[in-house]
Amino acid sequence: MRTNPANYDLVAAPNLSAALALMAENPGGLLPIAGGTDVMVRFAAGTLASWKLLSIWNLPELRRIDVSADEIRIGAGSTYTDLRRHELIAREFPLLAQAAALTGGIANQNRGTLGGNIVNASPAADSLPALLAYEAELILVSARGERRVPYLDFHTGYKKMRLEAGELIRAICVRRCFSGYVSYARKIGGRNAQAISKACIAALGRVADGVIADVRIALGSVAPIPIRLRATEELLRRKHIDAELITAAGKAALAETQPIDDIRSTARYRAAVLSNLVREFLEILDAACVTNG
Amino acid sequence: MIGASMPRKEGRDKVTGRARYVDDLTFPGMLYGATVRSHIARGKIKKIEFGQGIEWDEFVIVSAKDIPGKNYIALIENDQPCLADGRVNHPEEPVLLLAHADRHALPAAVAAVKIEYEPEPAIFTIEESERKEQVIWGADNVFKTFTVEKGDVESVWAKADFIVEGEYFTGAQEQLYIETNGVIASFDRENGVAIWGSLQCPYYVHKALMPIFGLTEEKVRVVQTETGGAFGGKEEYPSMIAAHAALLAMKSGRPVKIIYDRAEDMAATTKRHPSRTRHRTAVTKDGTILGGTIDFAIDGGAYATLSSVVLSRGTIHAGGAYYWPCIRIASKAVATNAPPHGAFRGFGAPQSLFALERHVERIAQTVGISPVEIRRRNFLKQGETTTTEQVINEAVDLGKLMDRALEISDYDAKRRRFAAANKTAGRKKGMGIAAFLHGAGFTGSGERYLNSLVGAEGTAEGGVRVLVSSTEFGQGTNTVLCQIAAEALGLPYDAVTIAQPDTTRVPNSGPTVASRTAMVVGKLVASAALGLKQTLIAAGLLRENYTPEEFRVACARYAAEHKRFRSLARYEQPEGVFWDDQKYRGEAYAAFAWAIYVAEVTVDLTSYAVTLDDFVALQEVGRVLNPVLARGQIIGGVAQAIGFALFEKVEWRDGRMQNNQMTNYVIPTSADLPPIRVFFEELGNRHGAFGSKGIGELPMDGPAPAIVNAIENAVGVAFDRIPLLPEIIFETMTAGRQGEAREPLAPSGVR
Amino acid sequence: MSGARPAKRTFAFTVNGKSGTVCTYPMERLLDVLRNELALTGTKEGCGEGECGACSVLIDGSLVNSCLVPVAQAENTRIVTIEGVTEDSRYAALRDAFIEMGGAQCGICTPGMILASAHLLDRKPDPSLEEIREALSGNLCRCTGYLQIVEAVAEAARRMASP
Repeated sequence: MRTNPANYDLVAAPNLSAALALMAENPGGLLPIAGGTDVMVRFAAGTLASWKLLSIWNLPELRRIDVSADEIRIGAGSTYTDLRRHELIAREFPLLAQAAALTGGIANQNRGTLGGNIVNASPAADSLPALLAYEAELILVSARGERRVPYLDFHTGYKKMRLEAGELIRAICVRRCFSGYVSYARKIGGRNAQAISKACIAALGRVADGVIADVRIALGSVAPIPIRLRATEELLRRKHIDAELITAAGKAALAETQPIDDIRSTARYRAAVLSNLVREFLEILDAACVTNG
Repeated sequence: MIGASMPRKEGRDKVTGRARYVDDLTFPGMLYGATVRSHIARGKIKKIEFGQGIEWDEFVIVSAKDIPGKNYIALIENDQPCLADGRVNHPEEPVLLLAHADRHALPAAVAAVKIEYEPEPAIFTIEESERKEQVIWGADNVFKTFTVEKGDVESVWAKADFIVEGEYFTGAQEQLYIETNGVIASFDRENGVAIWGSLQCPYYVHKALMPIFGLTEEKVRVVQTETGGAFGGKEEYPSMIAAHAALLAMKSGRPVKIIYDRAEDMAATTKRHPSRTRHRTAVTKDGTILGGTIDFAIDGGAYATLSSVVLSRGTIHAGGAYYWPCIRIASKAVATNAPPHGAFRGFGAPQSLFALERHVERIAQTVGISPVEIRRRNFLKQGETTTTEQVINEAVDLGKLMDRALEISDYDAKRRRFAAANKTAGRKKGMGIAAFLHGAGFTGSGERYLNSLVGAEGTAEGGVRVLVSSTEFGQGTNTVLCQIAAEALGLPYDAVTIAQPDTTRVPNSGPTVASRTAMVVGKLVASAALGLKQTLIAAGLLRENYTPEEFRVACARYAAEHKRFRSLARYEQPEGVFWDDQKYRGEAYAAFAWAIYVAEVTVDLTSYAVTLDDFVALQEVGRVLNPVLARGQIIGGVAQAIGFALFEKVEWRDGRMQNNQMTNYVIPTSADLPPIRVFFEELGNRHGAFGSKGIGELPMDGPAPAIVNAIENAVGVAFDRIPLLPEIIFETMTAGRQGEAREPLAPSGVR
Repeated sequence: MSGARPAKRTFAFTVNGKSGTVCTYPMERLLDVLRNELALTGTKEGCGEGECGACSVLIDGSLVNSCLVPVAQAENTRIVTIEGVTEDSRYAALRDAFIEMGGAQCGICTPGMILASAHLLDRKPDPSLEEIREALSGNLCRCTGYLQIVEAVAEAARRMASP
């Protein structure tokens, strides 16, 4: 432990609007901390730049999940355990449920939050590709009010995002329109549990009349931000799945990513694996649709 | 009760959270200590500045100048400084020590010490060391060499039908005990130094502290606290951290606790020696080994420490479980500018046995016979000699052991099934074998040199207390030694306890290393215990066929009358044991345990990741003293060896470990291991307590080659370097052709 | 020098059924408060980065890594440490099984393993071996290779089901 806690302050607010008021009063001076599974690691390593923190852990406005006829609204303070326990998420949003199950171990799932995962913006974050595939929208909130933005263009670069000063993520909204889709999620890490991903995929597909009606392929750890493979998806839409298409898709996926060498893995390995994951998804999509007639 | 799973003596404390590890202890007035370490690999220290923003008067500061005696950590050579004085030879080398009452104040202070260096060129690999462009140690960068020669090696080349060559590499491995290194030291003029710490060898620390402080034996006290894992990583290293804490205690007049955080422990302390082995073997066309040469080299890091002994064990094990009519093994330990490498379970044998068990596969392929057959044809048999010309005296039948391992693992049927399925599968499956041995106890005359002394004490309550410096760190020392004493005396298990290792209270039973504790020390415990009985009988207090209650009464009475009731037993080398230290020839070990391990793997060609589907560990161990503990040792050792083979890679940059965090240095979790199936055979052992042989290190030797052999079987590609990460499998399999496996490596040197 | 330098504050919570307060900095790690201020040394530090699980405790019944929890966030919660689990006779079978079946070797991961096991058995009294492995996958052990721990938890579950 390389930090002196005497140099850090942590304030708590009784509710969301009090928290937002504090943030407005301290522009740039208060770092929000929810479950702490990212912030506290940096704290212990001595690399946390902010001296003053604001606890948003367990705020009731943020830690809730609301279901309406059209969408599910996941409070940003929901933990991975909250997601895993939610019956509708398991049923209708399996990519998210699987991502939550693959994040850390039980203890970290009990504290890590979906909002925290988004704002920490690690390119290797486990849940973000799922949110891209489901085309989530974020409700952002500050003392000035609320706004709703598409998640697809929320991240603009490595650890850069469209979050303004004094803003928190309030909720992540996902439309309930994915029944009938085949879903596929896979994480390649250094080991089977408690691992940071080297490459991960969250993908959805729907086949109608023998061709791909809709496809969404999102990848993590292969670019500075989690990404949707737009060009690859375009290549696949309205096509019949065969070996040639699958090979072409694998190549197209490579062209849309920039995997790197880092302490965990190599660019070449990541490139090969992401291409394989895309191909594996298409094989599964094909097999599922053959089975379903 | 030998052969019964008596419950762990300190088990209740461990499951209730009552067990006290060193960081759980506080002493009145205690300060906390921290270490300022080198950032460069090699160079002269030009200037040390104490930066702004720290109240330096509040800190105790110790440098090399404060050392009252000699500035070295006594081990074998005395070349490793306790604190760097004027120059550094590896990253993380300790330069200064700081202490403060507030533990949290230390990291900022450590960071504020600015050391200016005049860097010198540094070397980081065995090859760089061999080139001698930089000589960083002694005259030639070589800590130690050995040559083992048996028969006339030069005569075999002409007779060979095949000459098979291969080169094999193993990487560094971090012990990663879940409790980091830590000690508390106190010092006063009258009593000298006292240490409480997480350690394997109290008397090693005791020996190292005397010259540093210029103190005699009775002025140094070392106590082992409950130790949260060691695996060799707390064999020699604790002398360093103990010396540091003691220096701060001396300078401050207060007790000082030093606990390393995980990042410091991983970067600064010892790791398994990286190795390079070159084989050249002459074989007949039916696969019989005629002879060969083995060049075995290990990277020792910047100071000699234990490299000569690791080298010794690796050298002696290099020929494995096979009969070599002729052999020449030339080995060396060389210096590089990395933190010194050190003891880690297996201690050289996992390195040389990995090479051998991979090389035997290559021989099999060259000759055109199966991995099973090549081993059968060359297995050592009773009456034959090892590479050091030790005669195998026991009725070991490796052929039958192989039969049993193959049956348990369903090897033949599975190999056939996998070969057929692999033609079309995207997930390839394979089976691999390793056959090996592990010599328990110190090598050759080592046990005689250790001269172990063991005590048994009769307590005032009439119980028996075992007195040894052998430590418990999870492997079951406390339990097994108490079982042995109880069995020897015919007493209930609960009548026997074991003293906390404290150099003022227990004799030196030697270090807790080399798989010697149950076998060698245990035998002495039995003798010492019997001495109590003999004394009581001779004193007329006990009849021959006594009951436990009669013993208790007699023992309590004797103890009360004599104030102290103790029996000591000293090691004596068995008759007829011959060992030549110059020629490295003779009886290297009192006993060998033998093993056949079988791995079943799946290689997923989407991710190039390897999954272990089944693992069979079959070994002959003399006698299983405690089945639950023995099984736990094997499973735990196999798990560490799986890490060694597939997961654990030290990322080096300029001699420093970059991935010194648990998140980046990957050990297996419960989700990564197959059910590890453990089976034992028992041939007995004259030289071991109740027929036992040492087993702590054996399971480290076999899994890595068995797994890499299985991977080769699955994908048809040979890998000769571990750790074998998916990235490497990917690169090797796709070299030249994107996305397809290339042809299996052709064996080299085929005539 | 830089930094926030707040005053120490008083935080109230219940530990192992007993209410109390500590006066300390809000960013003091719960792990350090338990071990140092409250002298509950059964909870261990293995890594300080939430990877090894040696620091596991229950907060309001939920398993967490206490090295990642600032004490201020534990205010007004019910915390259970290994000492509390030890006092709870419901888990006697878990302790016994760990001892009998080799679930503890060096013991440093054991408090965390017991916490994680208790957390599992509270929710799933009849777990499969796979479920046990998953429940413990955030607790690293270097000694046992996990198998005897998993077997101990399975055995404890059997005994707790028919006491």
